[in-house]
Amino acid sequence: MNKIRRIAGILWLALSAIAGYISITSIGLPKFNSGLAGNQSDLVFGIIMLFILTPLIVGSMLIFGYYTLSGEYDRE
Amino acid sequence: MLGQSNAAIRKVIGASSVGTMIEWYDFYIFGSLAPIISLKFFPQDNPTAAFLSTLATFAAGFVVRPFGALFFGRLGDIVGRKYTFMMTLLLMGGATFLIGCVPGYETIGFMAPILVLILRLLQGLALGGEYGGAATYVAEHAPAESRGYWTSWIQTTATLGLFTSLLVIMLTKSAMGEKDFLDWGWRIPFWVSILMIGISYLIRRNMKESPLFAKAKAAGETVSNPLTASFGNKLNFKYVLLALLGATMGQGVIWYTGHYYAMSFLKTDCGVDALQVEKMMTWAFVFGTPFFVLFGWLSDKIGRKPVMLAGMLIAILSYFPIYRTMYSFASNGQRIEITEKTTVAVSREADKKNPADSVITTITHKEFKDGAVLNETRTVLKLADTTREAPLAKIKTATLLPASTFRMLVLLIFIQIIFVTMVYGPIAAFLVEMFPTKIRYTSMSLPYHIGNGIFGGLMPAVATYLATTAKGNGNPDWFLQGIWYPIIIAGVCFVIGLLYIDGKDTNVEN
Repeated sequence: MNKIRRIAGILWLALSAIAGYISITSIGLPKFNSGLAGNQSDLVFGIIMLFILTPLIVGSMLIFGYYTLSGEYDRE
Repeated sequence: MLGQSNAAIRKVIGASSVGTMIEWYDFYIFGSLAPIISLKFFPQDNPTAAFLSTLATFAAGFVVRPFGALFFGRLGDIVGRKYTFMMTLLLMGGATFLIGCVPGYETIGFMAPILVLILRLLQGLALGGEYGGAATYVAEHAPAESRGYWTSWIQTTATLGLFTSLLVIMLTKSAMGEKDFLDWGWRIPFWVSILMIGISYLIRRNMKESPLFAKAKAAGETVSNPLTASFGNKLNFKYVLLALLGATMGQGVIWYTGHYYAMSFLKTDCGVDALQVEKMMTWAFVFGTPFFVLFGWLSDKIGRKPVMLAGMLIAILSYFPIYRTMYSFASNGQRIEITEKTTVAVSREADKKNPADSVITTITHKEFKDGAVLNETRTVLKLADTTREAPLAKIKTATLLPASTFRMLVLLIFIQIIFVTMVYGPIAAFLVEMFPTKIRYTSMSLPYHIGNGIFGGLMPAVATYLATTAKGNGNPDWFLQGIWYPIIIAGVCFVIGLLYIDGKDTNVEN
């Protein structure tokens, strides 16, 4: 089981990259650009997506992936 | 604590729960009255005010909460649980009361939205500090074998707070009428808060400090910097990450799907009358709330992990069929219209801002064979100067559903509340058991408020964006696309929880 836990670490690392890409290109940037064009609600939403939610998802999944790969969550 | 009588624990639960429920009430009253607040403080034709409005909704509601968790969590681990959650109570009550006192934009101009924004930020900070304190305080009093049961009472408070806010608004509105409520009556629910906070303060004042914290403090076992001990220490930080990614992230999106997205889906995507939707939510909350305690109790018998993960899995598998059914019942697409009962009334009056222009209002009334009634109000501004570009027509539609459909929708919302109770009922006990006494308040508050405030709080906005984009692209199932967000987040959370959470440690003393 510990082996599966460690191998899944690769999945979490990959997922952090995919999630980051999707949330930047599909939601964050379109909203941010629409905000710059004059829609104030979109501007706030875009900023939150780009500078809060995306770094949070990417950062936490990256560290978690690294920890799992290095066996931090192994059980005896 | 650990050995206290049930009567003593009930007193602790009562005092903690009432205060926490009032804080949730204070927090949600702003959201529930957002359209009126926006009208009074944030005029939408002014871009800066509109910007401040969105900032007040997003930043204070979601983003500030983790900062409150850090600030008050640290305080709670250094000074004590009781003192800290007394502070959050007073801060929340004061901020809520003052929002009800701030003069409107028409009276004091830009000071109005700025003051409201500051007060809303203070509300977010207070909420960030309250929950961890209350959950920790109750858990540190409860016996190990029934900790899930006792802490689940704290878990009912978020739903009860939202329920109370909807109820107070409905009662005030029906007592004074729509016009007076819109004029000044909306302030009453904010003022009511100060009374409730006063009572809660008096109850909490006589409570003693958590026995485990008092013992740790007397033994000199508290830490001087809980932030470093919580997040700078890898041994603890990996559990903070696990709490977030394997529990609170999924729980947060399921909570907000059941409580908020269901509501906005019916109002916005299905066009159901707002008051009727609020009544549906209220009934679903009434029937659903006891299940928090049931699943808290069950988690004492079979473990926190199986109950929470089962809730996540069932929610993931059920959301699509539930929302498809809700849409088929609530939207007018398949209804048969009784054309002879359709009426159209057109009125024309001078524009208040520029009397040379005129406002044309068209009210269309339609009735359907199943008893549903649709009222559509279309407002068009006709400009005297034809060289100027007229703004787009404002269209407001509201469908009043028949009793049988109403009951069916209450049932479908209730099922979603059951998912919420499964994932949320045991989570306070689960989080408390993950961390040691000396850094418990800080360590459990942050993942809770990131999971709920950010992952969960952004759920309605992200889901609405996904649905609107799909609609724009001509997707026939556009109304289901928003559901992908909670399904993906809860799906990832489920797998992480399943693989990495042990769930066997119920010791809170060390």
